Amino acid sequence: MARLDLRGLAKSFAATTVLHGIDLALADGEMVVIVGASGCGKSTLLRLVAGLESPTAGRVLLDGTDITDTDPSRRDIAMVFQNYALYPHMTVFGNMEYGLKLRGLPRAEIARRVDEAAALLGLGPLLDRRPRQLSGGQRQRVAMGRAIVRNPKLFLFDEPLSNLDARLRVQVRADIRRLQRRLGVTSLYVTHDQTEAMTLADRLVVMHEGRVAQIASPVEVFDRPADTYVAGFIGDPAMNFCPGQLAEGGTVAALVAGARIPLPEGRRAVPDGTRILLGIRPQHALPAATPTGLAMTVELIEPLGSETLLHGRLADDTSFALRIAGPPGPLAEGIALPVHLPPEQLHVFDAATGLRLDAPPRSGAAPVSGQH
Amino acid sequence: MERRTLFPGRALPAFLVLPQLAITALFFLFPAWRAFVESVRAVNGFGLNARFVGLANFAALLGSGTYRATVLRTLLYCTAVTALAMAGGLVLAVFADREIKGRAIYRALLILPYAIAPAIASVIFVFLLQPEIGLLTGVLKQAGIDWNYVLHGGQALGLVILVGAWKQVAYNFIFYLAGLQSIPRTLIEAAALDGARGWYRFRTMLWPLLLPTTLFLLVVNTVYAAFDTFALIFALTGGGPGTATETMVVKVYRDGIINLDLGGSAAQSVILMALIVALTVLQFRYAGGRERT
Repeated sequence: MARLDLRGLAKSFAATTVLHGIDLALADGEMVVIVGASGCGKSTLLRLVAGLESPTAGRVLLDGTDITDTDPSRRDIAMVFQNYALYPHMTVFGNMEYGLKLRGLPRAEIARRVDEAAALLGLGPLLDRRPRQLSGGQRQRVAMGRAIVRNPKLFLFDEPLSNLDARLRVQVRADIRRLQRRLGVTSLYVTHDQTEAMTLADRLVVMHEGRVAQIASPVEVFDRPADTYVAGFIGDPAMNFCPGQLAEGGTVAALVAGARIPLPEGRRAVPDGTRILLGIRPQHALPAATPTGLAMTVELIEPLGSETLLHGRLADDTSFALRIAGPPGPLAEGIALPVHLPPEQLHVFDAATGLRLDAPPRSGAAPVSGQH
Repeated sequence: MERRTLFPGRALPAFLVLPQLAITALFFLFPAWRAFVESVRAVNGFGLNARFVGLANFAALLGSGTYRATVLRTLLYCTAVTALAMAGGLVLAVFADREIKGRAIYRALLILPYAIAPAIASVIFVFLLQPEIGLLTGVLKQAGIDWNYVLHGGQALGLVILVGAWKQVAYNFIFYLAGLQSIPRTLIEAAALDGARGWYRFRTMLWPLLLPTTLFLLVVNTVYAAFDTFALIFALTGGGPGTATETMVVKVYRDGIINLDLGGSAAQSVILMALIVALTVLQFRYAGGRERT
């Protein structure tokens, strides 16, 4: 259990820069999830923390001690690999005791710790089996067990659920969260799956092309995405973006599609005419009974049972999606559906930089939580 | 995925395998049959007539002290060559597996000895260690070593072991390197994070995972040392001085071709054949096991 500090961590492979200076601090016992599309550098970041790669620049501090140049074997960090990396020539017991034997613990203590971890994970009856005799879910639990018995300062998870089938994934996800809470071990978890990220994280780090796009709680990332990348990446179906510009002292968005949408929160600190992207999630946009000045031509209706997904285009050919509760009812493909955008659900982004544009709050503090 | 091509009828398939069958018959079945026939006959001193003597040739061999000595010498030779060649191959492979500059060249150079014909390998070592003019002989002499493998049996045996192993190191190197590279990197990384380092990591992780490769190489190297080193020994020492480097294959040649004891030599060949069949069965059974895992 420890604090982890990453300071300006950068990594290049030959001419390719994979990470551009990452700053991140994990409090004791915190579970931080790094999420991003493949190739965003999240796995590299994890490997730098583990010591499996060395950074081009920056430091890694564990509990205040600089471990940047420490061999992985001396870092007291446990990692759960995507393919589990179980030792195939050892039994489950052998896999779990390997790290303990190396620490020279007495036999009785080793057996006690392994049994405890095995009981916690329901591995008791499997201790004599070899990895190849186990199912995917069981292997995953052994990998977890191997990490737990060592009682390390830090857990690293490298997409530990991606080799499981969907149903099992949901269950193991909850197990991991419970276990991490119970053990209180500081954890860094890497995934490309936003559901995993949202459900597991105390705090979420959204990465994009080797940089941190936003660090915040899952709820905040969802409610106040720092830029268009985060807004589009988190949330399913993805957020709609309508191009337009600011008008009337930053209180109205004049959309290219024609409508003038009032914005909440007062004026923004950029001049009128600034080109913006107005974002709204499909579940927040509402179909209206009467014309609103904004209409979507419905192209595709996807009934999902308890809800219905409508795909279509606005007048300026911007693609737009709408999620409504219940069955499609009288809606049909080809109709023009008036759309209402509730002001409190709108997100305003600068079209040039992609950054979120908020009206300064009355207290005057800086509103943007993310960093670039 | 297994790809099979099916030929219609019987004539075409038979025709297609005929060349291979002819080669096998001409160069293996026929000589083997001749060896069997000769091994139960005795030819008189002038080679004019032969008579059936049953297992007398075999009985004579098993009762002979020199043959027993040859068998023991062969065992020693095989063990030494196999151990040296495999240890050498493994050590080089472990080093070559690391990320080093110019490793493509390094690896190619290590594989080179395998491509050299046995007789040429022998000649190289003759250049180096010939008692009068060898390049290294002078150095050894200056170090106070009376180096003369033509006279000293122990040195001769040491030399043929060295050359035999040297030639086979490359083969073992290739297999061990392939074995090491087929071990998933994450396993080694997991072991490192578990705290394993250096020798301990090798002993508990790499060595057990290389065990299938090791078992396979053990059989191949034994076969090599026992049967494929004839040309090498023949070119280096001819089996001498005395019988110091006379392994079983060398003795077959010496007894049969030089001393013209065809019956005794044929009986030895039959024994060797039985040995090679046994080793081949072992290897095939083992190779089958490799494919299954």
